Amino acid sequence: MSPPPTASSLRSQQAYVAAQAADARVNVELDTGDMTLNIGPQHPATHGTLRIACQLDGEQVISAEPLMGYMHRGYEKLCEVRTFPQCTTLINRIDWLGSFANEVPFILAAEQLMGVEAPPRAQWIRTILFELSRIANVSLFLGDMGVQVGALTPVFFAFRDRERVLNQIEAVTGGRFHPNFDRIGGLKDDLPRGWIDETHAVMAKMRGFCDEMEDLLMGNEIFQARCRSVGVIPGEVALDFGLSGANLRASGVDWDLRRDANPGLAWDQVDWRVWTHPDGDSFARYWVRLQETREATKIVDQLLDGIPAGPIMAKVPRIIKVPAGEAYVSTENPLGEMGYYVVSKGGLEPFRVKIRTPSFSNISVVPWVMRGTYVPDIITILGSLYFILGDIDR
Amino acid sequence: MTGLLGLAYWAETAIKLGVALVVIPTAALMLGYLFLLKMMAFMQSRLGPTDVGPYGSLQLIADAVKFLQKEDIHPAAADRRVFRAAPVVVLASSFLLFVVLPTGPDAVVENLDTGIFYAMAVSSLSVLGVLMAGWASANKYALLGGLRAAGQLIAYELPLILAVMGVVIQADSLNLQEIVRAQAEGEIFGFGLIGNPFILTQFIGFLIFMISAQAELTQTPFDMPVAETELVGGFHVEYTGFRFLLFFMAEVATAFAFSALATVMFLGGWWIPGFDFDAPILNVLGPVVMLAKILVVAFIIFWIRFTYPRLREDQLQKFAWKVLIPLSLANIVVTGIFKVVL
Repeated sequence: MSPPPTASSLRSQQAYVAAQAADARVNVELDTGDMTLNIGPQHPATHGTLRIACQLDGEQVISAEPLMGYMHRGYEKLCEVRTFPQCTTLINRIDWLGSFANEVPFILAAEQLMGVEAPPRAQWIRTILFELSRIANVSLFLGDMGVQVGALTPVFFAFRDRERVLNQIEAVTGGRFHPNFDRIGGLKDDLPRGWIDETHAVMAKMRGFCDEMEDLLMGNEIFQARCRSVGVIPGEVALDFGLSGANLRASGVDWDLRRDANPGLAWDQVDWRVWTHPDGDSFARYWVRLQETREATKIVDQLLDGIPAGPIMAKVPRIIKVPAGEAYVSTENPLGEMGYYVVSKGGLEPFRVKIRTPSFSNISVVPWVMRGTYVPDIITILGSLYFILGDIDR
Repeated sequence: MTGLLGLAYWAETAIKLGVALVVIPTAALMLGYLFLLKMMAFMQSRLGPTDVGPYGSLQLIADAVKFLQKEDIHPAAADRRVFRAAPVVVLASSFLLFVVLPTGPDAVVENLDTGIFYAMAVSSLSVLGVLMAGWASANKYALLGGLRAAGQLIAYELPLILAVMGVVIQADSLNLQEIVRAQAEGEIFGFGLIGNPFILTQFIGFLIFMISAQAELTQTPFDMPVAETELVGGFHVEYTGFRFLLFFMAEVATAFAFSALATVMFLGGWWIPGFDFDAPILNVLGPVVMLAKILVVAFIIFWIRFTYPRLREDQLQKFAWKVLIPLSLANIVVTGIFKVVL
């Protein structure tokens, strides 16, 4: 059950808004000059090279504008000069914390154009690896949010436990970060022997990690004071700005592509649920992600027990030529909706690949949500919106 | 104030100065290694330094050598004179703090009658240095950090002093040596074997003192002036090499000094139960006992630092004015009533 909106959260939200209004009145009386503060492009809270141009009045934000493009690598254009199988190498590097999840929608779009369908075993293993990359990605957020609000320790726990998940991904694919494992029509290889039992053990560990984060960070009063009613995004606003993923669900919108628009993967075969939180603040975003990591471990556990037998590769020609046409496939990636709009002219290479990345849309809400907050809140909100820089500038 | 070994004034002063110059960096190194490097690493499931010296114990010395080799950079727009003076002011404040700390019946650099008053006054000087650094760096992050430090000063300095007041009332003296004596010669309901460490009666004062000290030392959860993830280091963002080293040393040395103050005021100081207060042997044993207690207190300070997230500046102000100050005032009132009645 998702929690009802807490009375205290509503109250503190109102108090926060009232305090901001009072501050604004004082600031009118004692007019001080504004200060422009560039947060980034080199700043630890931006996980890379995002720049936020802020107008500050004291410590209060008048306006904040995210400026991106410092790490633009031109992947959409580069995809046009590579064959379809070669594209996955680039696509791996968009959201570098959950790489395998990036490959899946692109491959699915290509399969859709070719009229090929991967055999069930491949779909199941895809789903397992997809959820493993979700855990690898979001577990780092669960620790990193602590760093954003000043607690250094949780992120080390996250790195420690995330390593186990990466080991499992590496055991199958051979790559920790960039597996490049998904193929049009199936997968490169089958699972190694003994992998299923190991992964069960790792999932139990990750549930322990979630409990640990709940005790160490989420239950901490200072963490709650820093996150509750900070950066409130109501549901309608979230939809207006095109937010997706946990950011949208934390605003109370019950929306999950895994359930609503499953493109043929094995999510509909297992028992799981979508978590939402009505508050829409930074704490809600953390809470939703924590629940989703737990849920992902359960999905993986169930999938592991029911992998069907059979081939892992459908019959596809050795040299892949994709028939002319266009397809859009999007999946619920760790960060939100990731979609690929692929246009083919019947050649070896795609004619055009438009990548809809979740972080790009998620970060667009920054100017709206940051008005009137304080400098420390900028970092909390940025952290809780959770973007990967490669996912903004691809 | 007995003369140490009956030496002339200048010789005594020279010895004391030498001891202070050895003790303070050693103290900073020890805390830095034990807690900042090793304990933090173990708490975060890391190993910490392992290569330099046994168990990496010489890592900080290697770091210091590294800092000395770095280029000394001044930002072009910096106010050079103030920029250079700031780390010295900060370090001087923590050096001056060590002057009054008693570690034995005679083992004290300067036994001031207003010892605790002096310690409180001198320790707040460091904020001046921080403000100087923040202003002179000509950097917006540094400026925000410096201003936060100044704003924070108001929030924690008052509860800190009010917490100390309880001890002063109970000990009848501002002299740190006398405070130790009061604890050594006090008794708990007629049971005087372990004296009466003031933590037993002044536990609220101790709590408030430790919280305020955490803010004074700019340790998490009150490290807003530094705030690595927001202000990327705050007031010392523009400092390199030796000047940064001074800030670092001051931070750790002040943590040591405040642990020592807490030890003296609340944990019975250097006195060992069963010994005469003036026994000369305590000049040797006292510092050892003192050190053990200091390490315990410092452990708590750093433990909290590694565990907690950071508060926002307005939340600290709210906490200080709505909780700490009323609580410490109530503590003084209760202490006063007990003092008069009993």
